[in-house]
Amino acid sequence: MEYLSLFVKSIFVDNMIFAYFLGMCSYLAVSKNVKTANGLGIAVIGVLLITLPINYLLNKFVLAPNALMEGVDLSFLSFIIFIAVIAAIVQLVEMIVEKFLPSLYSSLGIFLPLIAVNCAILGGSLFMQQKDFANLGESAVYALGSGIGWYLAIVCLAAIREKLSYSNVPAPLKGIGITFITVGLMGMAFMIFMGISL
Amino acid sequence: MGKMKETFLNPLMKGNPITVLILGICSSLAVTVELKGAFVMALSVTMVTGLSSLVCSLIRNTIPNRVRIIIQLVVVSMMVILVDQLLKSFEATYPIDKALSVYIGLIITNCIVMGRIEAYALGNKPIPSLVDGLASGLGYGAILIIVAFVRELLGSGTIFGLRVIPEAFYNAGYVNNGLVILPPFALILLGCIIWVHRSIDKDLQEK
Repeated sequence: MEYLSLFVKSIFVDNMIFAYFLGMCSYLAVSKNVKTANGLGIAVIGVLLITLPINYLLNKFVLAPNALMEGVDLSFLSFIIFIAVIAAIVQLVEMIVEKFLPSLYSSLGIFLPLIAVNCAILGGSLFMQQKDFANLGESAVYALGSGIGWYLAIVCLAAIREKLSYSNVPAPLKGIGITFITVGLMGMAFMIFMGISL
Repeated sequence: MGKMKETFLNPLMKGNPITVLILGICSSLAVTVELKGAFVMALSVTMVTGLSSLVCSLIRNTIPNRVRIIIQLVVVSMMVILVDQLLKSFEATYPIDKALSVYIGLIITNCIVMGRIEAYALGNKPIPSLVDGLASGLGYGAILIIVAFVRELLGSGTIFGLRVIPEAFYNAGYVNNGLVILPPFALILLGCIIWVHRSIDKDLQEK
C-alpha cells in the first residue's frame, strides 16, 4: 500500500515537470511531435529506473555519513558520483539500443546521449537522497513513478503543440512563448492532484 | 576592446540564455518564489559558468574530441561542488533553503553551462571565454531576478523579505495572490517576458 501511495504521488503530486520543473530543456525542445516525444519519454523512464537504484545503493553504502567507515562523510562527492553513474548508464543504454533496437535509435538521434544532462535524471537522484528512502524498492518505485510522470507530461504537451501549430498566435508569442503559457496552464490542471494522500 | 564588449553584452540581450536560447529553464523557475533564493542562484550560476568556461578553454587543446562531454561534466561538477561547499560554509550566517541546495546541484545539468562550453569556450581563448561565461550567467540571473521580483511582490508583498505593501492595504481588503507563488505562474510569467522581449526585438520572432 505504501508503494502504491508513493507511486501515485510521484506521478501526479510531485510531477517532475509541473511541480519541480526538472528536465525542462529537453521537454520544450523535443515536444514538437508525439512520436519523438514518446520515444524520449520511454528512454527517460528506462534511464531513471536503472540509475536511481544504483545511486541509492551508492548513497547508502558509500556516500552517506559513516557508511564507508566510521567518521568518514563523503556526501560532498555525491554530485560528481551521481553524474558519473548517469553518464555511464546513458552510454550503456545508448549502446544497447543501437544494437538491438536500431529503428528507435535512429528516431531518437541526438536526444539519447543528451539524457545524461537531463535535469530530471540527476534531480531524481538528488531528491532521492533528500527524501531518505527506507529501502531499494521504494527508490525503484519512486524512479518508475517520476519517469511515468515525465512521460505523461511530454506526450500531453506534444499532442497540444501539434494542434497549436495550426492556430493563429500573435507573432511575438509564436513558438516558445505560447508553449510556456500552455505548460503553465497544464501545470494548473495538474495541481488538482495536490494534497491527495492515499 | 570593442569585441570584448560585444562578447559581454550579447548574452545579456540578443543571445539571452533563457528567453532566446531556451536553456537552463529547470532551475530558473523553481527558485524564483523569493528574491533571496533567486539571487543566490544567479550568483552561483554566474560563478560556475564563468569558471568552467575558463578551465575548459585552458585545457581545450588537450581534450580528445570523443570524450569531451565527460571531461566537461567533471569540470562543471568540480565547480558546482566548490560553490556548494562555499554556500555551506556561510550557512550559519546566511541560512539557505533545503530545496535550493538540490537546485545548486542541478547546476551541473544546467544546459547554459554545457552550452557555453560547447559553443564558445572550446573554440576561443581563456579570457574571452571567461567573459562569455560570466555574461551568460548574468543574462540568466537578470531573468531570474525579474521573475522573482514579480512573484515575491505579488505573492507575499515583500522584497528581499522586507514588507513593501503597507499594512493599511491589507486592512482595506487587499490579499496576496496565491497563484503567483505556485509553480505554473512562473511559466506563464516567463512566457510573458518572452512576449515582451520579442515584441521589442522583432528579429527574434519565430516564423
